[in-house]
Amino acid sequence: MTAATVDSRPRVAPGFRLQWEPAQECHVLLYPEGMVKLNRSAGEILSRCDGERKVGEIVSELEQAFRAIDLQDDVLAFLAIAQQQRWVELQ
Amino acid sequence: MSARPGPPLWLLAEVTYRCPLHCAFCYNPVDFAKYEDELPTADWLRILREARELGAVQCGFSGGEPLLRDDLEQLVEEAHRLGYYTNLLTSGVGLTEARAAALKRAGLDHVQLSFQDSSREVNDFLSHTRTFDLKRKVARIIKDQGWPMVMNCVIHRLNIDHVGRIIEMADEIGAEYLELANTQYYSWAFENREHLLPTRAQLREAEAITDRWRERLAGRMRLFFVAPDYHEAAPKRCVNGWGSTLLTVAPDGVALPCHTARMLPGLAFPDLRKTSVADAWLHSDGFQRYRGTSWMKEPCSSCEHREQDLGGCRCQAFLLAGDAAAADPVCPKSPRHAVVEAAVQRAERGEPAVRPLVFRDPKASRAASGARLQVPRPQ
Repeated sequence: MTAATVDSRPRVAPGFRLQWEPAQECHVLLYPEGMVKLNRSAGEILSRCDGERKVGEIVSELEQAFRAIDLQDDVLAFLAIAQQQRWVELQ
Repeated sequence: MSARPGPPLWLLAEVTYRCPLHCAFCYNPVDFAKYEDELPTADWLRILREARELGAVQCGFSGGEPLLRDDLEQLVEEAHRLGYYTNLLTSGVGLTEARAAALKRAGLDHVQLSFQDSSREVNDFLSHTRTFDLKRKVARIIKDQGWPMVMNCVIHRLNIDHVGRIIEMADEIGAEYLELANTQYYSWAFENREHLLPTRAQLREAEAITDRWRERLAGRMRLFFVAPDYHEAAPKRCVNGWGSTLLTVAPDGVALPCHTARMLPGLAFPDLRKTSVADAWLHSDGFQRYRGTSWMKEPCSSCEHREQDLGGCRCQAFLLAGDAAAADPVCPKSPRHAVVEAAVQRAERGEPAVRPLVFRDPKASRAASGARLQVPRPQ
């Protein structure tokens, strides 16, 4: 499995469906007969994994949206987990 | 139980009890033939909408064989549009290329294909049909549509020794998920228990084989192995907690907390032709009765594990202890635990079955509706 870099374009893997659930007040990731409830940061990252944006762009967007700095390592660490879980693929 | 229950995250739409297969371990009610009056399309569409409004996210179309409903594509399309992850749980019979393409267009997310065994003989014997070759063909059709390939094989005494070969076959077909779910003993499987319950040694061996394959197939296939309650030292939460997660709608529109709960006497389960999904889920006696822990008797009510196992399975309690509010007799603390131990010991000794294997079909079901199968038989 190739590790994500700032130039990778991650997307939610086929067979998974990401959506905001008002009843649960969080993003959820749906897959065959299952569901993962995502915490806020996971939801914010995954909802930007559209196969178009590069990781670098996702990082700057998040830094702007949440007035944070140095999020790159956190985003890459999360993507490594997400890849391992097969939630995302790299384009 | 005062707190408002969470959403019914899982909607199981049992759209029909009709089925071309006659599996000896089917979990449909033994008296399914009584419920012939299936919900019309318009009611199903309303139920899908109302359950989604309550927060349901997973929708399983099941049965019987859901492909026997001509309006399945229409139901899937609406479920998809409403934002459900849509699952079709099928024997594969009736899944032609044309139908698969139409379901894909309708937005079907996933198909779970059931197999009975890795061998044609046992598959066809257990399902009482000639469907083995067909299932392999259907597996190809599923792959061609780009759906995740999820296979399910119900495991029991008659096929548990083939578990390695079953896994190998699933891998050949390209399965990404394989559920090896041991039969639990309700409904038809309860009737056929003396034929189906494996020995402890068989179970341990199958688990060890599955573990080896899990390592070998890591990254390619996910393997799930579910042991039968009878061989577990502790009871399991019934459907993750009665009325907590799962909402089953039976073919005739009756809402149930689990697909076998219909057997429990003295509970008025709501009819969704007359009641809204929200009313059924939030307020009906059928859903409230065994929510949480306040309904419990001893030994459950003072047990340190009561929040974890929630007293186990209500149907098992009814079938084995004659009381749906009793502790699940698979629990060693249950005063009726000896019933479970006796069934296991019988399996261990390999005693020949007294009664012939009963295959699920309308005739056997009508015969069963009479009396015999409805009466719990504490031994």
